[in-house]
Amino acid sequence: MSTVAHPPLKRRIEPLVWLMFSGGGVMAAVFLPVLVFLFAFAFPLDWISPPDHEHLAAVVGNPLTFLFLLGMFVVLLVHSAHRFRYTLYDGLQIKSKRITAVLCYGVAAIGALAAFVVLLTAA
Amino acid sequence: MTTPDVTEPRVHRPTMSTWWWTKKRSYFVFVMRELSSFFIAWFVAFLLVLVAAVGRGDAAYQDFLDWAAAPWMVAINLIAFAFLVLHVVTWFSLTPKAMDVRIRGEKAPAAVIIASQYVGLAVVSAFVLWLVTR
Repeated sequence: MSTVAHPPLKRRIEPLVWLMFSGGGVMAAVFLPVLVFLFAFAFPLDWISPPDHEHLAAVVGNPLTFLFLLGMFVVLLVHSAHRFRYTLYDGLQIKSKRITAVLCYGVAAIGALAAFVVLLTAA
Repeated sequence: MTTPDVTEPRVHRPTMSTWWWTKKRSYFVFVMRELSSFFIAWFVAFLLVLVAAVGRGDAAYQDFLDWAAAPWMVAINLIAFAFLVLHVVTWFSLTPKAMDVRIRGEKAPAAVIIASQYVGLAVVSAFVLWLVTR
């Protein structure tokens, strides 16, 4: 047969964005509550005595933690950007699709890069 | 020239108020659920500040804990946490609608799918607590 027609770029990227959106939704629902409970409330407010620095540094420095946290931060950012785009579109009725998409995914991309740098520096 | 204004289509553009979602409870919850995305990004930033502090050493880590204990930070995090809880509850209850889960060929009841996600949440929370505090 002749050459396979490639679907337009949008059609190829959109399923991936939705997949990452779902992955981010799961990570946010399952992993974020405990992390936020511990590091935003329990440890700073001394409900539970905070772990010492040496232990946390060892956990953060572990390559498995590095890979896991990087993956988690990236899908969380994609989830957030994707949903916030629709918050602007449906919620606030901001209909400039291209500008909001570029802004939302752009911030997510910068965030992902920042996450990579921060994790690499801390490890 | 011809007269184009006769054949020009007159497009109906429905106008919608920016505040349409305040008119009904279910609309309001929908937009609040979508807005939870903003607070998830907030927590990514918060956790990255933590990781960076841990990377810089013990003093920076203690500073982070003090900073997070400031009343205004606790207030922001409480609001953000409320949105996170809304995300968790709505995400878990949407799963049976979004996924076709089958147990031995039978369609799994929605309640089973929802409950098993809360079990997953509990297991993960226990694991993270163990990993961080052991």
